[in-house]
Amino acid sequence: MFPKFVPVPSHNLLLERDADKHPVLECVNLGIRFGGLAAVEDFNIAIGPTEISGLIGPNGAGKTTVFNLLTKVYQPTHGTTLLNGKDTHAMNTAQVSQAGIARTFQNIRLFNNLSVEDNIKVAMNCQLKSSLMGSLLRLPSFRREEEAAHNRAMELLSLFHMEKYANTKASALPYGVQRRVEILRALATNPSILLLDEPAAGMNPSETAELTENIRKIRDTFHIAVLLIEHDMDLVMNLCEGLAVLNFGRIIAKGTPEEIQKNPAVIEAYLGKQKGA
Amino acid sequence: MKLKQFMKGDGLTYLLVIVAFAILAPLNAGGFLSRSFSGLLIPICCYMSLAVSLNLTVGVLGELSLGHAGFMCVGAFSAVVASTSLAQLVPIPGLRLAIAMIVGALFAAMVGLIIGAPVLRLHGDYLAIVTLAFGQIIKELVGSLFVGKDTHGLHVMLNLRGNLTLEDLGLEDGGVAILKGAQGAVGTQPIATFTAGFFLVLLTLAVVLNLIHSRSGRAIMALRDNRIAAESIGISSIKYKMMAFILSAALAGAAGALYGLNYSSLQSAKFDFNTSIMILVFVVLGGLGNIRGSLISAAAMTILPVVLLEFNSYWKLIYALLLIGVMLVSNNAKLKTMLGQVKMRLHRTNKEAS
Repeated sequence: MFPKFVPVPSHNLLLERDADKHPVLECVNLGIRFGGLAAVEDFNIAIGPTEISGLIGPNGAGKTTVFNLLTKVYQPTHGTTLLNGKDTHAMNTAQVSQAGIARTFQNIRLFNNLSVEDNIKVAMNCQLKSSLMGSLLRLPSFRREEEAAHNRAMELLSLFHMEKYANTKASALPYGVQRRVEILRALATNPSILLLDEPAAGMNPSETAELTENIRKIRDTFHIAVLLIEHDMDLVMNLCEGLAVLNFGRIIAKGTPEEIQKNPAVIEAYLGKQKGA
Repeated sequence: MKLKQFMKGDGLTYLLVIVAFAILAPLNAGGFLSRSFSGLLIPICCYMSLAVSLNLTVGVLGELSLGHAGFMCVGAFSAVVASTSLAQLVPIPGLRLAIAMIVGALFAAMVGLIIGAPVLRLHGDYLAIVTLAFGQIIKELVGSLFVGKDTHGLHVMLNLRGNLTLEDLGLEDGGVAILKGAQGAVGTQPIATFTAGFFLVLLTLAVVLNLIHSRSGRAIMALRDNRIAAESIGISSIKYKMMAFILSAALAGAAGALYGLNYSSLQSAKFDFNTSIMILVFVVLGGLGNIRGSLISAAAMTILPVVLLEFNSYWKLIYALLLIGVMLVSNNAKLKTMLGQVKMRLHRTNKEAS
């Protein structure tokens, strides 16, 4: 019913250093139709275990829809996604997260009434083991686990030098800090791939530069793959090692940033056809 | 330092309950309280516990439930049956009360499980409407229930068509009818005590507050704040919604059990929509998610009608005006900033002093 797993796909974004490894994430003919509209069609990519890759394309191309398909916010109508070689088609959003996909959202979705520390601790839920009874009775094992969760949350916050915000309510934070909290929350789930949906939206150039550094830092600290959607071409060309360009729900080009910049189909999608060409 | 933080938050809530009990219990034992007030002590404990448990569903989980009296009803009547049928086996009233309350909690939790499974797949207004309906269904079902006891054990009969009578229960001579349909439970031995009420409130507080500060509580609050984000970090929405809902039902069942065993006669009509709304008023007035607020407003709103009885038939009018007044005042922006300034000033003087 579903296409079989092809070990070395011809359509991958794998870097040379990852070439002998299995891709962490692989989409096989992934697609979704809303009635007669094919929002995403024949989406095939493979991402290496420590690769930073980008998904770009004009507005309405279906980039966020791809993220929603990967995290099962939408159930794909065609194809499937393999995560570390495991088929995810029968999983729901929560199970996909437990399997190793973490994401942020285009319009920030934090738990507004919880503190920053709690926002991060919630994401560790699946790694914590204390039972309901244990936590109601405040058993020593529960206390130890809470202590460990607190330490881990502070450790994650220190990554972006944000310890001072630990007890602040999420809704009271400035926009840029909220974005960073959302990234940390995603990291707290111990993912093998991190999906960032327009992480630089609404940021000024110096904040964007800091974000670029932070994303590299995440990859180098946690050795995970990053897939990001972004409109800021400076950031994309600077940061990403592989790119896929989406237009009208279909991939029109794949390759390194240099290749993408020269690709006529991409130039046409962004700038329109040259007269007489 | 840790103790100081604790005393500012949950510790203060516990302390409030303990101090209130320490003052009221000797006064009550010594007969210094008026009869109408001392008769209110146990219901106040029940309503406090009910308000805190409903706050778990409405404030912490963020789903509006309009059927809380239904769980109270299940708890009350299962406790009455348990207490009456155990009268010979467990002669100590205190122990029997404890067992009856556990039975009430278990039955209410079971009903919570049965109702929660379909209902919690709904959201918002739809969920509220369906819980309202279930609350009414429980009331009607319990109101048509006949339960009797003789040497053969318990006899249970559901009189749905209304054409059956006590005779159809087939009790032998010397058997006792415990529940008589719409007449409810008559001749129950009222074994509820103020001390039991105090422990019930403490237990409810401990369960709800400890839950909030655990991983499950955080997951429940995350679902309230943003369901999609919560699922995206691996939180199963149905599991944690059920957990909050069933715990809330069980606590309401225990409170209902204490309530039911406080009166010698009890009808299921008592646990109607108005009671559900009354508990919801306690929660909203005390503040959604604010546990201490629920306690205070439950106590105040139970005492108030009795005090207002001085105004004869006008009491409901004044009650409503007071409710509106409190809502207006507590949502007044000017008043909020004023309170905030006072708080800051206090904080500053505290800092300078230390």
